[in-house]
Amino acid sequence: MKRIGKTLLMIGATSDIGRATASYYGEAGWDIHLAGRAHAAVQREANDIATRTGASVTVHELDILQTARFEAFLGALSPLPDTVICVVGELGEQSRAEKELEYAAMVMRTNFEGPALLLGLLAERFAARGSGTIVGTSSVAGDRGRASNYVYGAAKAGLTAFLSGLRNRLSRSGVRVLTVKPGFVRTRMTDGMRLPSLLTAEPQEVAQKIFAVAEGGSRSDVVYVRGIWRPLMTVIRSIPESIFKRLRL
Amino acid sequence: MEGWGRYPRHESEVLHCRVPEALGRFVASRPGLIARGNGRSYGDAAIGENSTLMCGGLNRMKSFDAADRVLTAEGGVMLSDVLRSLVPRGCFPPVVPGTKFVTIGGMVASDVHGKNHHCDGGFGDHVNELKLVTANGEILTCSRSQNAELFSATVGGMGLTGVIAEATFRLRQIETGWIAQKTTVAENLAEALKALRQSEEATYSVAWIDCLSKGASLGRSLIFAGEHATPDQVRETLRADLFPSPNSAALTLPLDMPAWLLNKASVSAFNELYFRAGIRKSAKPMLVHWDNYFFPLDRILRWNRLYGKRGFIQHQCVVPDADALQVLSSILDRFAQSGKGSFLAVLKRLRGSAGLLSFAAPGYTLALDLPATQEVLRLLDEIDELVVKAGGRLYLAKDARQSRLTFECGYPRLDAFKVLRRATGADRRFNSRLAKRLGI
Repeated sequence: MKRIGKTLLMIGATSDIGRATASYYGEAGWDIHLAGRAHAAVQREANDIATRTGASVTVHELDILQTARFEAFLGALSPLPDTVICVVGELGEQSRAEKELEYAAMVMRTNFEGPALLLGLLAERFAARGSGTIVGTSSVAGDRGRASNYVYGAAKAGLTAFLSGLRNRLSRSGVRVLTVKPGFVRTRMTDGMRLPSLLTAEPQEVAQKIFAVAEGGSRSDVVYVRGIWRPLMTVIRSIPESIFKRLRL
Repeated sequence: MEGWGRYPRHESEVLHCRVPEALGRFVASRPGLIARGNGRSYGDAAIGENSTLMCGGLNRMKSFDAADRVLTAEGGVMLSDVLRSLVPRGCFPPVVPGTKFVTIGGMVASDVHGKNHHCDGGFGDHVNELKLVTANGEILTCSRSQNAELFSATVGGMGLTGVIAEATFRLRQIETGWIAQKTTVAENLAEALKALRQSEEATYSVAWIDCLSKGASLGRSLIFAGEHATPDQVRETLRADLFPSPNSAALTLPLDMPAWLLNKASVSAFNELYFRAGIRKSAKPMLVHWDNYFFPLDRILRWNRLYGKRGFIQHQCVVPDADALQVLSSILDRFAQSGKGSFLAVLKRLRGSAGLLSFAAPGYTLALDLPATQEVLRLLDEIDELVVKAGGRLYLAKDARQSRLTFECGYPRLDAFKVLRRATGADRRFNSRLAKRLGI
């Protein structure tokens, strides 16, 4: 298979979206760095992608909560990737997060602090080089806080704002910053939930969309995987707070 | 829970396994469990007596040695994925069944055969090594030299010796993704058997039978012989891509078809058209895309809805050469007389196989799709008697209804299989509805 000499860094490689997207890049001829917490699980994905696609795949241990190790992690990356995609996320249990401080902090740090700091560091290196694409996966849950998942949603809202600011700052530097909001996706995270089929994507669909926007000719900065989310969230955002607080959405 | 034929239906607890390390824990925690891949066995083979372990998440490939063309993959990897990633690299699985939507574990457990069984044997013949999760949760490596008995029981063993966590097998080298196909017309069954014997030098051969034709043209058939085409053959005619990509599915049957749709008139009209098209094609050799040649039915997703809610039965027997003409004539005759013609009737040559419970035996194999009605079930019982008398047997991956007696007569190495199951404790852990029905 034809290799094209470009490298992707996938952060959160053992998630369903991470796996599908890294495979998609591998098939398109990219080489891959896979980063994740559990070495054996990341190695399993690396073997799979390398076998299926013929890509050269390297494995890197990374815990998104261990921010002190980020510099060392990035220092060991060679070559510096052309594109980085972060799909790390933790939905958590809202009711538990309401009572347990440490648990709530873990959900917030996993969805906001870790990804934001890591992508921020990568942005510095990309800016110094003068090129690169940064893809952060945020969530429609960050578009407006809801009773059922606002701890997760607030952290994602933070990430959305962070990515927006980063994009604003780097707009003339040759570095692209994309915000992807997958909406509902059929993955382990949503296992057992009843999902509306019109709003629910497969991991493969997310992978295709990310690749098409990040590597194709598109100039979009904020991407909903299924287009229907954009008008839907516009409506939901525009409901006055006095009414919204009484709704069960 | 149901198989691909949607008959019979049983209750079974569903468990999902996502990482190989968890297999042992699942096995140890549940008696009466069976592993299930993509659910393409027709009857009750992949429905657990108590629990069914879904192995679709064990779908990672592990390594591919390009020089030797040897692939190691987890049991839940789909054949369609193997084809997608390796056909472009000039490699083809050694044996493929009639659908690509099966898992590697399922292919081993059913020791599937293809149109090349007469040349290359079954899938199990090309497996170098298996990783098997046994009754006590241990992972054992099995091959012809290591745990050899367990290996020969697991190939074709319908998942009743353990869960197939991983398989290593060798692929064949191909120069193009095209098949050079020759069609021969046979006016009756005797001619069809002869034509199949004569096309034995061809790597692939299969006959499609018009099973509503009667009298002098009973068993009229089209025989398709195929070879992997050379680049020269492809360049001459097509100038096409040497390794074409898989087809995308053309159609999904959106809902159950009404039961009256498949009747004598509609099936015989289809058969007539198909036969005439075959006669036209028989004039000259042609090139066929690998996906269309091996997996024509895969273009219609969920084609099992064609038979409506009541479901259907695929009856596949193998009959030794000696009585083949007479027995197969009687079978076709009974169906032709009853008007219960099959929408799909396929005839192939088989040779022997190594697995203790493997289906393939030297002779001719006939496969028929039939609606699961009371009348058909009665008719099949009569047909089983003919098969047993001739020393034949039925394919377990497709079986939904054969009697214990029919099964016991057809599988002479059954006792050795049962002894091994007892010795390894598998009889107390791994049990499907099929195993229970047949007393395995």
